[in-house]
Order: sequence, then structure tokens, then C-alpha cells
Amino acid sequence: MLILLRRSVVFAVVMMAGTLVYAFIGTGVAQLFFKNQANGSITANGSTLIGQNWKSPAFFHGRPDDAGPYAANAAKHISGGDNPLVANGVPGSSGATNLGPRSKVLLNNTRALVAYWHSMGVNPTPDLVTTSGSGYDPDISPADATAEIPMVAKATGIAPGTLATLIKKETHGPQFGFLGASYIDVLQLNEALVALEHR
Amino acid sequence: MGFFWTIVALVVLLGLSWRYLGSYLAAVFDGRVHFLAPIERGIYRVVGVDPEHEQSWQRYASSLVIFSAISIGFTYLIFRLQGSLPLNPQHLGALPPVLSFNTATSFVTNTNWQNYAGETTMSYFSQIVALTTQQFVTPAVGIAVAIALVRGFSRHGTSTIGNFWVDITRCLLYVLIPIAFCFGIVFVAQGGVQTLAGPVNIHNHLNGVTQTIPRGPIAFMESIKQLGTNGGGFLNANSAAPFENPTGLTNFLSIYLVLVLPFSLTYTFGKMVGSVRHGATLLAAMVIIFGCWVGYTSYAEHQGNPAVAAAGVHQSTGNTEGKEVRFGDTSSALFGVASTSTSTGSANSSYDSFTPMGGMGLMTGMMLGEVTPGGDGSGLYTILIYAIVAVFIGGLMIGRTPEFLGKKIQAREIKLAGLASLVMPLTVLILTAIAVSVHAGRAGPLNAGPHGFSEILYALTSQGNNNGSAFAGLSGNTAFYNIVGAIDMLIGRFVIIVPALALGGALAEKHPVPTSVGTFRTDTPMFVGLTIGVILIIGGLTFFPAVSLGPIVEQLSHHRFF
Repeated sequence: MLILLRRSVVFAVVMMAGTLVYAFIGTGVAQLFFKNQANGSITANGSTLIGQNWKSPAFFHGRPDDAGPYAANAAKHISGGDNPLVANGVPGSSGATNLGPRSKVLLNNTRALVAYWHSMGVNPTPDLVTTSGSGYDPDISPADATAEIPMVAKATGIAPGTLATLIKKETHGPQFGFLGASYIDVLQLNEALVALEHR
Repeated sequence: MGFFWTIVALVVLLGLSWRYLGSYLAAVFDGRVHFLAPIERGIYRVVGVDPEHEQSWQRYASSLVIFSAISIGFTYLIFRLQGSLPLNPQHLGALPPVLSFNTATSFVTNTNWQNYAGETTMSYFSQIVALTTQQFVTPAVGIAVAIALVRGFSRHGTSTIGNFWVDITRCLLYVLIPIAFCFGIVFVAQGGVQTLAGPVNIHNHLNGVTQTIPRGPIAFMESIKQLGTNGGGFLNANSAAPFENPTGLTNFLSIYLVLVLPFSLTYTFGKMVGSVRHGATLLAAMVIIFGCWVGYTSYAEHQGNPAVAAAGVHQSTGNTEGKEVRFGDTSSALFGVASTSTSTGSANSSYDSFTPMGGMGLMTGMMLGEVTPGGDGSGLYTILIYAIVAVFIGGLMIGRTPEFLGKKIQAREIKLAGLASLVMPLTVLILTAIAVSVHAGRAGPLNAGPHGFSEILYALTSQGNNNGSAFAGLSGNTAFYNIVGAIDMLIGRFVIIVPALALGGALAEKHPVPTSVGTFRTDTPMFVGLTIGVILIIGGLTFFPAVSLGPIVEQLSHHRFF
């Protein structure tokens, strides 16, 4: 019995030390060979892997993970999906709304989002009226971006055809042609849009 | 079309792994792999183990139980002392006692149920030394138990079933650590974060947004989280968060890593008992049920979300609520089924927001006892227990003493198999009944109506099966759910492991009976069907009344919202 206790304690300590070494070596390799990715894919205007709140109609918007249209509508029921990365130096936690498929709150939120998009002149796709799993989905689908063209065209004065070409250029296909879905990084799309305006 | 090729790629990769990794695993546990022998010997010397010395099942089980108890103690202490420990750039304080107890139990039982949000609760030290350590150790323990049970079949007239310390050391050194390390590099290359620096502040001058983005040693935890069928992520959103699971490729590799060891272990079993056909028989039962669940759940998710439909939005892309654009609906459903049919419980989407029938696919995947293909090791030892029940039923039908792999299955074996297969449904159903009967339990759910009941049932099913996924609307961080959940996890892990080891011990003592024309064959399509029947009857019939109060009522509530 005593010898079992001793072995258990020693093995547990060896494993904890071993895992620490594993994580340190892993961090070393990551920082040496993939510095940008390992530090969060940070670019000049934010991480390409973390969604942001684009309020102005002169930009393409991401999915409605931010508080925006929710604010007036039963916001206290939303446990996630409320722009979790607050800007006071303390990160908030990621997460979905976790509203069930027959939730009245989800129904009301969706109706509010549909009304919001219609007021912006957009006929919304499902992605644009539903929140993501992470609460900060950085991407929209090509169809979502296309649906937003009337809003952006009106606010920027850029021709819809030009925006459609831009969307096509910024679309990432599925990896190796079949893994995952086609997507557009909203941050990169808006940076390209700004570059287009300044030309 | 993409989904079709995803399935093809998965089948090819898993098929190759089944054959070659399965064979490699047998070599590891037979002691024929030595490439890290100096480290291996060093560990035995420090721990004080003689690798040549074998243990009886009682000794094996007591080593395992005491080691697990010590691990819970260490993990608990780390959480309680978190504020005074290093690697804590966010200066996070200690976790409260009940949450520490629940989380320590959760990670030591391979459950990884999380009543906390990682990025706002756990220091890097806790994430690495407390959580990641258990993510390595617990799959090794599960696999060791499975191998010990398999030795019961492959050995004759002996009282020993291997050495616990040797089995977990070999599993860690030759299997889990190298594979997790290699895949960790791929996750980082794809965009997974791996740094010891704290959160980063960024300002976007285009839209005036300022964000504080949490970071940490994520990617190398991610690989063992999936490979070890653990499921507890660094971040609250788990594999939905881009820092954990950045691309379609990492999503695919996550699904592969989750499935690879549980499937491959059936080959290891076949090889060790000298009949690969028997391994293929178990594999067939697993694959048939798994395939049906993937098809059914993907179909359900592709039907779209009832609330979104009622708001007047046409959904050609399936149910997008709680799902990430880069994965899409069917890949999210595939991930969900892989995660709940193994004991993993990681999530690349919000399972709470799945359609009623899709959510039922996930819930019932766990209710079948986590055998399709189940967790690392736990899938194999649990399906072997079901197979023994199937042999018993088959034997009753033809009126012969049942045999499995030449070993007579007698009263003692059936009692142990009965105990091991009934303890999970009993625990889950009784605890669910308690939770819906008391105020503290009913206060948990976020959603109203039948979905609220589903959240409670899902939570206790998940913990009783050591899965760890959640209908995450449930507020689990209360004294009630922390304590009830911990009891659920402990019973679901150890009250199956100890009978499984006892079975191994009892079988190892038996001498084989020669095969005759009257022997009930256990390597035929007929036996595959019988095993599937036993799995579906134990899981399906015991849980059907409970499931019909949750997802089934919800599905039938046309045009009603709660």
C-alpha cells in the first residue's frame, strides 16, 4: 500500500514535469518556425483569426456575434456572442449563445436581425442572422458577402460589379479542394476594400 | 461534394492506421518497441518499478485507483494554489473548492467536462501541468486497461495481466507523446496559437475597434486533447475557436485524431488474441453504428434551424446557428458525432443549438456506452464487455455454455459484464431524475421547455460516459452540478474499469476449450449483428423514455417556441 502511494506520487510528478518539458519544447519549435501563427496571426489591424465589430455600412460586416442588433432585444439572455473581447485589457471568454432550436429568444433575435439587415438594404443569408460557435467568427461565406454588396455599394459609391470581383478575389476555397467550406476573412476583405477606395 | 471526399479521405487514413498503427500498438505492449529505452528505463528506476514483474488484476486495479486518486489530489491542489504559481500572466486567482474538485475529477476520469471558461479562469501553469498532464495520462490508463483485458483472452492458466506502470509508460512514450507532438506542429503551422506570452491588445484604425485577445500554449494541448479522446480545450469555445482549430485541415485532422486510437485498438486486440478476424468483427460493429449516426446527424443538421426558418430566412446551407463559416454544417455534424461517439467531447460548434434530431444524434451517441468506437481504451474494453453479453445471449439461444475466443463464459464473467454494462445507464438516469426533482437542478438550464430537460439529461449522460461535451447553456458551475457531476464521472470511469480488470484476471486463469462444430462462432457477420443488437438494446431501450421527453418532444412541437 505504502509502496503504491510512493510510486503514484513519483509517477505523477514525473508526468507533470514531462508535460511541462513537452509544452516548452513545443513553444520553442512554434516560435522558431511559425512565429506569426504561434503568436495569434496578428496583422496591422488585428488578428485574421478573430472577428471584429464593423459598424459602418462602408465596410463588409462579419456575423452578428457582437452586441449590435441584440442590444435592444433581450440582451440579458445572451450568454455568449456579445463581442467577448472587451477592450479593457482583460480578455473575455469565447462561446456561442447556446440557444436551442425552438428557443423563443432565438426566434426574436433572428427576427430583429432580419429587420436590421433589411434596414441596411440587405436581404440576409442564414450566416448573417445567426451567431457562430466561437462568438468571434472571423469569416463569412462568399454568398454572405455578395448579399452585403448593396449596403457597401451605397455607402462607398463603388460599383456593385467591382465589389463582386473583389469578393471573388478574396474568397478562399476549401483546403485541398474539399476540406471545409469556402470562406472570406472579413478583416482582409475590408483592408482590400480600403485599398480599392484609395486607388 | 466536399463532404463526400472528406469521408473518403477519412476512411482511407483510418483504414491504413487500423492496420499499421494497430499492429504497432500490439508491438508496444508486447515490449518489442525500444527506441526510447533509456528514458523508459530511467522512469522505471525513478518510480521504483521492475519492468519484468507482472501484477495480478487486484494489484493492477489498486495501482490504477491509487494513482488516479493521487492525480486528483495534485490537480486539485494546483487549482487551489493557482494564484501563487508561475506562468500566470493574467494574474488569475485560485479556483473555488467545488469547481476545483469537479475539474480535477473531470480531467482525471478522461471526461474533460468544463464548468469554467479556460481563458478567464486557468493560468498557463494550470493548463499545462494540471490539465494537459491528465490529457496524456488518462488515455494511457484507458488503453492499459483495455490491453490488460485483452491479455485475459490471450493468456492461459496465469494469474497476472501485465504491469500497470509499464503499460502506461510505454503507451505514453511510444504512442501518445510522439504523435501529439507531430500533430501539434501541424496545428501551429495552420494558425494554432502556441506562446507563453499573455493576452495581446490590438487597435484597428479602420473601424476604431480595440480588442484584448487571449493567447497561450494552445496548439500542443489541442493535439493531445483530440488524440487522447479528452476534449477539454484551452478556450471556452473549444474547437470552434480559430486559435484552437483554425482551418478545414485542422478540423479534419481533429476528427482523424479522435477516431484513430479507438478504431486501431480493435486490430491490436485481434493481433494479440491471434485472430485479426475477431478484431475486424468488433470494428465492423463500431463502424456500422458510427456510419449510421454520421449520416443521420448530418442529414438532421442540413435541414436547417426551426427558429431561423420561422423568422422567414431561407436556409440552403443547413443549420448555421452556433456553427463556424469555415467548417460548414455537415463537417460540424461529422465532428460532433466523432466527438460524442468517442469519449472526447470537444466541440467545433454549439451542440446546444443543433436541431432537435441532430442534438439527439449526439446525445444517443454517448448513451450507447461510448463503444462506437468509444474512448482510447475505454471503447475497446466496453465493447468487449458488450461482446461477452452478446456471447451469453447467443449461447442461451442455442443452449450451450457460451465461449468467447476459447474461454468459457461462466457465472462470474456474466456478473462482472452485467455490472459493468448496467452501471452507466443506472447512474445517469437516477442522477437525471434527482436533478429534475430538486430546485438546484432545475435552476441550471438556459433554454425553456423540452430543451431545458435535454440540457440536464445531456450533462449527466456526458459526465457518466466520461465524454465531456455539453449542451452548454446549462449553468454547471453550481455546488449541485459540480458535486453531482463529479460523482457521475467517478462512477462512470472506475465502476467500469475495475470489473473490466476483474474480467481480465478471471479469463487469464482459464484454459482454452478446443473449438468444435458446436462452437458458437464469434467472428462472423452474424455475431456483428448480435453485438450491434446488444449495444442498441442496452443503450436504446434504457434511454428511450428519457430521450422521448427531450429531443423527440421538441422535434414534434411543430410551430411552437419555448
